[in-house]
Amino acid sequence: MIETENLTKKFGDQTAVDDVTLQVNDGEVFGFLGPNGAGKTTTVRMLCCLISKTSGTARISGYDVGNKDDSLKIRKIIGLVPDNVGLSEHLTAYDNLDIYGKIYDCPDPQRKESIRRFLDMLGLWDKRDALAGTFSKGMKQKLAIARALIHDPEVLFMDEPTANLDPESAKTVREFILELKREKKTIFLNTHNLDEAQRICDKIAILNTKLRAIGTPDYLEQAVKGRKTVITLEQTSDRILNALGKLPLKNLEHENRTVSFDVMDPDSENWKVVESIVLAGGHVTTVDVVGSTLEDVYLRLVRESA
Amino acid sequence: MRLSKVWLVASRDFKIFRRQKNIWYSVIGFPILISVLFPIILEVTAQRSSGLLSAANLPNLLDSFSFFIVIGAAFIPLGIASYSIVGEKVEKSLEPLLAAPLTDGGILLGKAVAAMLPTIVAMYAGAAVFTVGVDAATFGKLGYSYFPNWTFGVLLTVVVPAAVAMSVLYSVIVSSRANDVRSASSYGILVFLPFLIIYLASEIRIISLDINGLLTIAGILYAIDIALYFVSTAAFQRDEILTKWK
Repeated sequence: MIETENLTKKFGDQTAVDDVTLQVNDGEVFGFLGPNGAGKTTTVRMLCCLISKTSGTARISGYDVGNKDDSLKIRKIIGLVPDNVGLSEHLTAYDNLDIYGKIYDCPDPQRKESIRRFLDMLGLWDKRDALAGTFSKGMKQKLAIARALIHDPEVLFMDEPTANLDPESAKTVREFILELKREKKTIFLNTHNLDEAQRICDKIAILNTKLRAIGTPDYLEQAVKGRKTVITLEQTSDRILNALGKLPLKNLEHENRTVSFDVMDPDSENWKVVESIVLAGGHVTTVDVVGSTLEDVYLRLVRESA
Repeated sequence: MRLSKVWLVASRDFKIFRRQKNIWYSVIGFPILISVLFPIILEVTAQRSSGLLSAANLPNLLDSFSFFIVIGAAFIPLGIASYSIVGEKVEKSLEPLLAAPLTDGGILLGKAVAAMLPTIVAMYAGAAVFTVGVDAATFGKLGYSYFPNWTFGVLLTVVVPAAVAMSVLYSVIVSSRANDVRSASSYGILVFLPFLIIYLASEIRIISLDINGLLTIAGILYAIDIALYFVSTAAFQRDEILTKWK
């Protein structure tokens, strides 16, 4: 559905997006994580044919991003929710959708039906004749999502759809995205909300100008950093610590009665550590495997790339 | 570029303008001013000092007065075009429009139509009232209705559209560098200068606002329009708007 290879964007001497290669499959919700200025919006703008790429290739549903003839075709099959919603504040909610429905060539009965359906789904039907400028941030965000969906696009690009929303509005928007996910809509979601990405996305990429990691949320948590084993002992001794020191353990730490270390595969690795402790005369009270969170992975990768 | 899409962009702007009082004031205000003020001036002047308005002087004076319709045609689109582009820039509502299946030229043309059409309609309506008012005020002196005449026809059909186009295209260029509607309109006022110079030149008899004079002026304006078209289309590119516009 979406494929990029070595996609790069430079503004003068400054590289905003560097060598990004990724693939988003049909019906997938793809989370694009990264700090401010990481190049997320620039990537979306390139994919939406809003700005040109400097090098590399990108294809959406087989159409070439950057090819002048394909640009209009791509814009027909995508929907965009920009980071700033981009509503016409002096138009009513209904008119905001109606105009875009017409621009996207939605035939009359289908357009009116879609407007009703989305405004109903998002709880805005009663406010259809109110000016968009009078709406709260959450309502505007919902209306912007409806506008992006009015022509039933194959791919929906959403740039920080829950940023600056109060928790309740953010929850509503998130639930709506989950509803779209159930309908198998392909969604490219820019966010720096890790919890949101973990809950909604099938696949996540971490970007900080360059792509730092890509995979499912579980894969990133486990494969990128692995997990941590925390063993609590009745008491530690030099003999036990020496025995552990001889094992190939990563980030071995010792504090009071606990020792901890990074582990990739707890099932195959932990018993060897416990055996070493017991052979060194130690008494193990508990063995806990603490999974690293997506936040750990994200922060580590972003810090490494800073 | 499909014309139906151009019309959609224009009709979207019309809907937005409908709720903008400032735009209404400028669209309606200037034509009313011209169409009512000049007949009143003629009437009052005729009553106070009839020598000033001799049958020999009147045609030149009336041609000069009618040139204010061109000045109005250059003035009115400034507010509309500035709002149409800078207003959208401020509201950040251009991005979804640019992401829609529309060409840059189609969007620009739609916005130009949205600024030009109300201006031309307003100025033509104003010109109709102006014609009736001026003829009523001068018929006694001249013994015939001065307007409409061929010169006035050339002014309305050839010079007014050129002036409107110049104002719109200039506004697009200014809008690409302005951050708010007010500063765009302020810079836009510069578009007045050539028309004021023409008017003053006609007053001191350097140029004549007869048919030949108007056709020459129109030729120069259309040449400027072509140059401005290339500059404004270069400024109104997706890449430029999203990355370089202030």
